[in-house]
Amino acid sequence: MKLTKLTAVLCASVAMPAMATELEVTHWWTSGGEAAAVAELAKAFDAAGDKWVDGAIAGGGGTARPIMISRITGGDPMGATQFNHGQQALELVEAGLMLDLTDVAEANNWKEVIFPQSLLEACTVDGKIFCAPVNIHSPEWLWLSNKAYADAGIPVPANWDEFVASAPALEAAGKIPLALGNQPWQSNLAFGAMQIAVSGIDNWKAVNVDKNMDVAAGPEFAKVFAAAAEARKLAAKSTVQDWNQATNLVITGEAGGQIMGDWAQGEFQVAEQVAGTDYTCLPGLGLNAYLSTGGDAFYFPKNDDPEIEAAQKRLAAQLVSPEVQVAFNLKKGSLPIRGDIDLAAANDCMKKGLEILASGNLLPTGDMVWSPDVVKQAEDLMVEFWKSDMPAEDAHTKWVEILKTGL
Amino acid sequence: MGGDPENRTLKLLKVGAARDLGGPFSALYSRGERMSGQPKRLLRNLNAKIAAIPMVLTTLVVFVGGTIWTVVYSFTDSKLLPRLRWVGFDQYERLWSNSRWMVSIENLMFFGVLSLVFTISVGFLLAVLMDQKIRYEDTFRTIMLYPFALSFIVTGLVWQWILNPQFGIEGIVRGWGWESFSFDPLNNPQTVLYGLLIAGLWQGTGFVMCLMLAGLRGIDEDIWKAARVDGIATWKTYLVVIVPMMRPVFITTLVIVAAGIIKLYDLVVAQTSGGPGGNASQVPAMYVYDYMFQAQNLGQGFAASTMMLLSVLIVLIPWAYLEFGGKKHG
Repeated sequence: MKLTKLTAVLCASVAMPAMATELEVTHWWTSGGEAAAVAELAKAFDAAGDKWVDGAIAGGGGTARPIMISRITGGDPMGATQFNHGQQALELVEAGLMLDLTDVAEANNWKEVIFPQSLLEACTVDGKIFCAPVNIHSPEWLWLSNKAYADAGIPVPANWDEFVASAPALEAAGKIPLALGNQPWQSNLAFGAMQIAVSGIDNWKAVNVDKNMDVAAGPEFAKVFAAAAEARKLAAKSTVQDWNQATNLVITGEAGGQIMGDWAQGEFQVAEQVAGTDYTCLPGLGLNAYLSTGGDAFYFPKNDDPEIEAAQKRLAAQLVSPEVQVAFNLKKGSLPIRGDIDLAAANDCMKKGLEILASGNLLPTGDMVWSPDVVKQAEDLMVEFWKSDMPAEDAHTKWVEILKTGL
Repeated sequence: MGGDPENRTLKLLKVGAARDLGGPFSALYSRGERMSGQPKRLLRNLNAKIAAIPMVLTTLVVFVGGTIWTVVYSFTDSKLLPRLRWVGFDQYERLWSNSRWMVSIENLMFFGVLSLVFTISVGFLLAVLMDQKIRYEDTFRTIMLYPFALSFIVTGLVWQWILNPQFGIEGIVRGWGWESFSFDPLNNPQTVLYGLLIAGLWQGTGFVMCLMLAGLRGIDEDIWKAARVDGIATWKTYLVVIVPMMRPVFITTLVIVAAGIIKLYDLVVAQTSGGPGGNASQVPAMYVYDYMFQAQNLGQGFAASTMMLLSVLIVLIPWAYLEFGGKKHG
């Protein structure tokens, strides 16, 4: 089997130069680490004989997705586009605007190589596969600056509780304990990470997977809100906008820590910091070592031109191939989507992630279990809650109301 | 003598208006035409009517049609793609119980009232100063109007930088040695709307000034002569005689400025993106955009934009009434 795949790749690479097809690929990977990772994808695609036309859209998914969607629904589709797996592109798929990749998936045996399978399930609608997953991202990480703690003269905390306890010492040393960007999704991400860490896995599943609203309104989640109300005081002095600006506060040691997804790792790498000595990472905030396995996937909008369609399928196959997976994920700081490759070059933090992945402590992300409408409402609520002094009880009540709109 | 051509145009306009607006009724009154009936009326000015067809179609299909479509779909539960599944007033109930929408409305009212008062009063004052037969008037007029040529995005970014505590006014003044100086409106939820207001005024006042100046230039020179003969102070002439005479200009300005305020979006996005504090400078148009495209909830976005349409109508209808309806005194 391996041989046939190899011949297929060889044939493809020989045949391609004659019919190089341009594919415009839109994505929202624009920070230093992300751009370096995307360059790997482009390099591999160009090397195989096609042409990657980069369509980066700055400003994060919130800005980029509306542009992508309006181009697809408006009849000006790109060759391929990034989305997060799950419900973001669901309606586009249902409306028949996306290319069916089932044959590519079968030819390349995606059903067996992709791990965890939940990623492929998120790409599947009515038994057909519509996207190519490229990485696993989990938002539940606490990134700590070893320098900030050295400056304050205290040891680096080992979990969220110690982190909160260490905050006064950091403040005394003139540091911001918790860096948090002003954009709504970042507040929601921080809250999501605290949900799993504070309420525990069973409660989390009861609310987010089984949609049990009694648990959502119950005392366990009141604790989460109380913890978040505590955390927002630590972030009061953080006035930056973008997530990578907040990460930069951690890199330079101006802030003690940041709750951010594993993509923050790319920034530490670009700044040439070493995991373990310059910075410390705590998956699941050091409390509950569970990771939610969301991530990025590429969707291929339907196109009339058969040549473009062929190129789209070539790209889809390539994105999942082991070589591209290794090159891309090492730069991006994310975890690969297949269990059969060796990430020897992975650093400390990625190895922690891989361990959790292998142990199977995995959850779906908020993007997968809730509709964009619920996610957006929760973001609006969270940014208001984190950036004002709204009482925890009020926020809790409103949050349950929001979840109910998505039942 | 200066007023003659103007009067004639006015009369012509009125005659034209009577013919067009009073269509069916004027037909009844006009001599001889009553019997010959409709075909002839339809064919009259045929070229002009044919030429107007594209415009009429555009208005009907794009503007009126689009508006009706939006309002209709605001009663459905459309998500990413529009679909006709009725939910009654659900979208509106959710909209009006949403705290972000309420804050947006409050912000818009606050910003709108201050913005209206200041652009119009400052614009008028500048126009009056400009009307004093000063030297280099053209130059000043160009300078004042220049900000209006910029897009709101540019204005917003420029003022974001000017008001930024590190690079902007605060940084410069501190650089001069006044270390305790503090001027940071955009990062404080209490003052952020004033920060927006400054940028909005900078952009809009010049335009209002030009409208007002045009109005002032339309005032007959004889009025001024009469006022001078009667020995009325200049400021008093402006307030008591000129301003009332400029009523149409004021109303037009009011409508243009008010419509601009209701659709306020890009300035906020560029300057604060709705923050600080999450929603201290949110405006309705941002809510519409976020829910239509980010939340992929068209129904909710349409409901919000229908509310915006309503508020525009609340501004427009009194204006239309004043302009076209209440002509009894004319």
